[in-house]
Amino acid sequence: MNYLYYPGCSLTASAREYDLATRAVMAAAGVDLTEIDGWTCCGASAAAPISDLLSLSLSARNLALAEQTTADGQILVPCSACYLNLKKAHEALRSHAKQRTMINEALAAVKLNATGSVRVRHLLDVLAVDLGARHLAPLITRSLSGLAVAPYYGCQCLRPYPEFDDPERPVSMEPLIEATGASVHVWEAGGRCCGASLVSTHPEAGLKRVCSILKAARGADLIVTVCPMCQMNLDAWQPKASRMAGEDLSITVLYLPQLLGLAMGLSHHELGLDLNLAVLGSFREKMF
Amino acid sequence: MHPHLISGSPTTHDDSDAMAPIGNLVNACIQCGTCTASCPNALEMDLTPRKMWRLVILGRLSDVMASRTFILCSDCYTCTLRCPRGLPLTRAMEALKGIAFARRETQHRRSRLFYETFMQTVRRYGRIREMAFMTRYFTAMKNPAEPFRFAPLGLKLMGKGKVEMGGGKSTEIPLAALFEKVAALERTPDKPLGKGG
Ligand code: SF4
Ligand code: SF4
Repeated sequence: MNYLYYPGCSLTASAREYDLATRAVMAAAGVDLTEIDGWTCCGASAAAPISDLLSLSLSARNLALAEQTTADGQILVPCSACYLNLKKAHEALRSHAKQRTMINEALAAVKLNATGSVRVRHLLDVLAVDLGARHLAPLITRSLSGLAVAPYYGCQCLRPYPEFDDPERPVSMEPLIEATGASVHVWEAGGRCCGASLVSTHPEAGLKRVCSILKAARGADLIVTVCPMCQMNLDAWQPKASRMAGEDLSITVLYLPQLLGLAMGLSHHELGLDLNLAVLGSFREKMF
Repeated sequence: MHPHLISGSPTTHDDSDAMAPIGNLVNACIQCGTCTASCPNALEMDLTPRKMWRLVILGRLSDVMASRTFILCSDCYTCTLRCPRGLPLTRAMEALKGIAFARRETQHRRSRLFYETFMQTVRRYGRIREMAFMTRYFTAMKNPAEPFRFAPLGLKLMGKGKVEMGGGKSTEIPLAALFEKVAALERTPDKPLGKGG
């Protein structure tokens, strides 16, 4: 299996461990990733309010580069915000003739052209659908039985495009978690919003979202995420959320490929586990 | 788009009709309240989403701008998914943010500076360099307390070697040409408001 790879900005800095773990798990599963040469920011959630066309063009620039490499390829995207932006640009190029024209007029300024021939896939989609528990199970060398894992999906890999999971009651992570020998923590918060950039711009509102997710995870040994924004909100802001809630809400938070990698016998170093901000001592003792 | 983001030139706005395209997007609202019931941030909003959509349809621009409802939308797409009329509500929330930023509404200054600084960083470097972004944001805020809110986070990330410290091997791919071209295209009349989301 081959995919083009769009890491996105976060995976080069605050979410480096997500990049490391994604590459390590894919390599172990025999999947080839080719990073898109010269990729740039998708515009995150900041471009669209300022200009639709800017938002679409920023993402389409990356699709155009991908098409130059493999015209009928698929792009694997680990960040949910990047995934949604690239997907919107892909939809605009495929289904809206007028937008396709506008986007390509803009891209002409950087000597690029996009048609929308390359498919955009979220990492979770590729893990759950293309690989699936059946393909991953034979790679598991170390059972994680005894661990209860809370699957946190967040928003933008589920909505508004219901590509690979139920956007109201997501389940796609469950067979993957069970394949590691761990059990799934049953909760309702898996598809609830983490607060996204409100945690930075309006912390009094954003941190409430973080608190309610951390509270719902009580009883689990860890939360797994599939987005650097969700991960940062749930791990880096844990102390602040605990202060706001007036109780200790500490819990280990890993990226899904880090959990899978642990079960596949990959090293902490390969999975970037030393870079995580929330790994409790009790978890460390059990696992490391 | 904010012209100053593109060229740095001062702007004047005649936006009496600024909200009309958004009113058209949500015109079919039947005031059922599903959006309010679905919104994770509804309790922090002053107007419920349902009430705000009513004001948008009525063209009550200043009432809408005075509220913090749209600025507290965290793009979770739950209302968009559930609205029985299939209205692109998250898209409409984003568009309202855009109007508030273009009008330089003082009560939304913090969000505006956060978004604008982010885009200036993208324009200049092609990728978000988190350190450069935060520094520019703090400078723009001109609020000495602001960096302290983020200090614990910054220290944590720095302790893990997770922030680029300038120089180094970060790739720089300036996107000014693309930004300028988009601005030029947007100055042409009859810009359609995008669908979806
Ligand atoms: S869910 Fe849709 S139809 Fe119902 S009040 Fe909200 S916008 Fe109107
Ligand atoms: S998309 Fe925005 S307005 Fe709609 S439910 Fe989510 S946070 Fe609320």
